Amino acid sequence: MSTTTTTSADAPTRAAVRRAVRRAPTRPHRRAGEPGTRLAHVIMGVGMLYFAVPLVWILIAATKSQPDLLSSPALWFGHGFDLVDNLRQLFHEDGGVYGRWLVNTALYSGLSALGATALCALAGYGLARFTFPGKRFLESALLGMIMVPGTALVLPTYLLLSHIHLVNTMWAVILPSLLSPFCTYLVRVYVAESVPVELLEAARMDRAGELRIFVQVVLPMIKPVIVTVFLFTLVATWNNYFLPLVMLSDSKLYPLTVGLTTWFNTAQQEAGTRMLFNLITTGALVAIVPLIIAFLLLQRFWRSGLSSGSLK
Amino acid sequence: MPYVEGQTIHDADSHVMELPGTITQYVDPKLRAEFAEKTARKNAILEWAQKAADLQDDPEFRAGLWRVIRFGAVQIPVMLGLALVAALALDAINTRVARLFRLIAFMPYAVPVVIGALMWGFLYSKTFGPFAGVSHLWGAGSVNFFGGNLLLVSLGNVVTWAWTGYNMIVLYSALQGLPREMYEAAVVDGASPIQVAWHVKVPAIRQAISLAAIFTVIGTMQFFNEPAILARFAPDIDAGYTPNLYAYSQAFRFGAFNYSAATSFALGLTVFVLSYAYVFITRRRAAHA
Repeated sequence: MSTTTTTSADAPTRAAVRRAVRRAPTRPHRRAGEPGTRLAHVIMGVGMLYFAVPLVWILIAATKSQPDLLSSPALWFGHGFDLVDNLRQLFHEDGGVYGRWLVNTALYSGLSALGATALCALAGYGLARFTFPGKRFLESALLGMIMVPGTALVLPTYLLLSHIHLVNTMWAVILPSLLSPFCTYLVRVYVAESVPVELLEAARMDRAGELRIFVQVVLPMIKPVIVTVFLFTLVATWNNYFLPLVMLSDSKLYPLTVGLTTWFNTAQQEAGTRMLFNLITTGALVAIVPLIIAFLLLQRFWRSGLSSGSLK
Repeated sequence: MPYVEGQTIHDADSHVMELPGTITQYVDPKLRAEFAEKTARKNAILEWAQKAADLQDDPEFRAGLWRVIRFGAVQIPVMLGLALVAALALDAINTRVARLFRLIAFMPYAVPVVIGALMWGFLYSKTFGPFAGVSHLWGAGSVNFFGGNLLLVSLGNVVTWAWTGYNMIVLYSALQGLPREMYEAAVVDGASPIQVAWHVKVPAIRQAISLAAIFTVIGTMQFFNEPAILARFAPDIDAGYTPNLYAYSQAFRFGAFNYSAATSFALGLTVFVLSYAYVFITRRRAAHA
């Protein structure tokens, strides 16, 4: 009797235990999964090492003098700490041309980014919220233009610009950088999703002009994508090498990427006798610091922008 | 840009003016002027097309094109695979380590490609870098990252370093956009995180993956910066190493501006047609599904 009572009393608990055991594998996943977490952390650890090595190297290399660069271990500091000396030398070499390249780069990328953002915002908004003849054609042409490789246009553009004598001026770098089909497309998608037609109609009922609607109603609503587009075009021009390399021949007009590589070429050709490698490493570091800071400060913008581009 | 003046067609190259010239010689001057005017524009296009056709017989161009295709066939899947794994890992956990990783992996995108290639060039080199001498530890000679089969691998590593993080963020954003309910059912049914990742999440972001693949293919076909910089370290990288390098050296080393424009035009057209067709087909398939 007692045995039967225990079994009958046990029965539901045992069933519960069995159920619990059967469900057991699911429980860890609800806590994000222990083995999965460990694997993810290992992947990330290895990844961080890989992505960080060149950046750590350039940070360390910029603190070394030329003899230290050649003699000390690559991923550790040399005998002296010469970052300040290197910087001073960097901005004095060749009559301070490095500073000029820095200013050029900031100017080219700043103007290009401003202009491209304005054009993309207007064109994207126009395509998303207006109907006009030829719109469907323009939209599919836009998609097509995204697929045209940018550098394929550089040499034809060079021939074009040399006819109107704009080659070897700052406009040869800025004008082609103003056109960004991809960013226009980003704005178009964003406006279509986030600016309600009713709102625009209400504004028109209130007799607001189209320009005023764009500036006061639409622009504030699409601010995230505007910042993303600005960042994208800024980076694209800041990092561009092929376009300025083709367009410019006057070294005073060079941006950092072209200038540094010309220094590097002379350094390699003359085996480091005249041009010093420590200037190139320091120059490279100074060239990447502004963008990395911009990216750290504007993290949430580029992330949201990239996601709107990928979800199509 | 070539242009017509009377009977001659001016061109940066000197060897391409026979065809329209011979035709116009036998026609009376009035018609000839009219013809010249009318065809001035067409000539430019025709000549480009002609030169694009000539390219097929250019062994150097073909060798470069073939090299880039082989390079992409290995590098693109490796890079996108790494980016996908990293994005899935990021999606699985949200710890401080994950956030730090996200930041560090994306940083190479902010580094100009030229400077990235320079840094890797130094790291590869025997005099500056830590890697070439590592094999001394087990008694072998130093590794030459700039020669033989290793050269393409070295280039691939530079590209992978620069672009994996960017693609990772794109795929990660797509993963974050997925509704949670989508894979909660699979979790309740006892699927492991890896099974969920592979069987539920990856198929769900297929479109983002294929878009990333297209942009990567477009980028790879334009391959220029990395080989142009590493050429200073690696003498094996010649003027025709990639089609884009070929176009550049045609223009600025040999002065054949129009031939070089035709080269990039042919390259651009190929990439454009292929990727546009690809997008068109996948969109149509997505619409039917």
